[in-house]
Amino acid sequence: MYKIAVIGEYDSIYGFAALGLDTFPVSDPEEAKTKLQELAEGSYAVIYITEALAALLKKEIEKYREMLLPAIIQIPGVSGNTGAGVAGVKKSVEQAVGSDILFGQEN
Amino acid sequence: MASTQVNPTRMELTKQKKKLVTAVRGHKLLKDKRDELMRQFLDLARENMALRLKVEEGIRSANVNFVIAKAGMSEETLNTALMAPKQEVYLETDKKNVMSVNIPTFSYKTRTADANDIYSYGFAFTSSDLDGAVKSLADILPDMLKLAECEKACQLMSAEIEKTRRRVNALEHVIIPRAQENIKYITMKLDENERSTQIRLMKVKDMVLEDAHKYSERPVREM
Repeated sequence: MYKIAVIGEYDSIYGFAALGLDTFPVSDPEEAKTKLQELAEGSYAVIYITEALAALLKKEIEKYREMLLPAIIQIPGVSGNTGAGVAGVKKSVEQAVGSDILFGQEN
Repeated sequence: MASTQVNPTRMELTKQKKKLVTAVRGHKLLKDKRDELMRQFLDLARENMALRLKVEEGIRSANVNFVIAKAGMSEETLNTALMAPKQEVYLETDKKNVMSVNIPTFSYKTRTADANDIYSYGFAFTSSDLDGAVKSLADILPDMLKLAECEKACQLMSAEIEKTRRRVNALEHVIIPRAQENIKYITMKLDENERSTQIRLMKVKDMVLEDAHKYSERPVREM
């Protein structure tokens, strides 16, 4: 039985607690790094991470990219959408096809 | 050159021919796998993008609602209201095999069946904006899970496609041409040996006949 974690700045994620997701507010990148590792090895199948925090933890997230579990998914925080999530999808297409043929013309 | 590294023997020739057959067969299979993976991936990537845009929009509007809710009540009340959630979400994971790529599928269960359990507070001290904010977030949760599933599948499949593409290219541009070159080299070498043996035999035969019949000492008969 797995659970869902949400990790990021407190202001961006406190709402998810009401839905029954486990929220882990973190402030500094070091703390976030250890937390992410702990969650990924624990019983969390899906980890939502705010884009702002994900930008600081690129290397750690990359490590879990090709593993079956957990799925680390970027979500926009309260401070606005940085476009990192969309860029992640484009990156997948680029990796598979060689160049972004699906969404390239949109920007 | 690669061709200089093989022994020009019949045994090696058979080996290289077998290798070529396997490589050609493997190339065809991998190419088919790549094409099918690509077809499924492109559909998945489109779905992924659509879901992501939807979820991001949903979270954005939920965040706006939360900010409004926060403005209408004190920080402490808000923290207390959300401190002890009533609802819990569990995930069941399974895996699905798509063209030999294992992708996870999620199905979620809530601890209680009551949809109103997302409101973990009494309504007396909180603003009604908070209810709306929590509701808007709860509404996009199914989509968020679908997004997680879809995005993970995309990531896994793109990695597999990259791997398969490399294999196809390696077979097509390196292994197969090299085997063909080796076969050509060995065949030519064997043919050449065959010819030189033939010539040597003819020469020897001439010499033996010369010894026996002494053709060169006979006078040339006029026709």
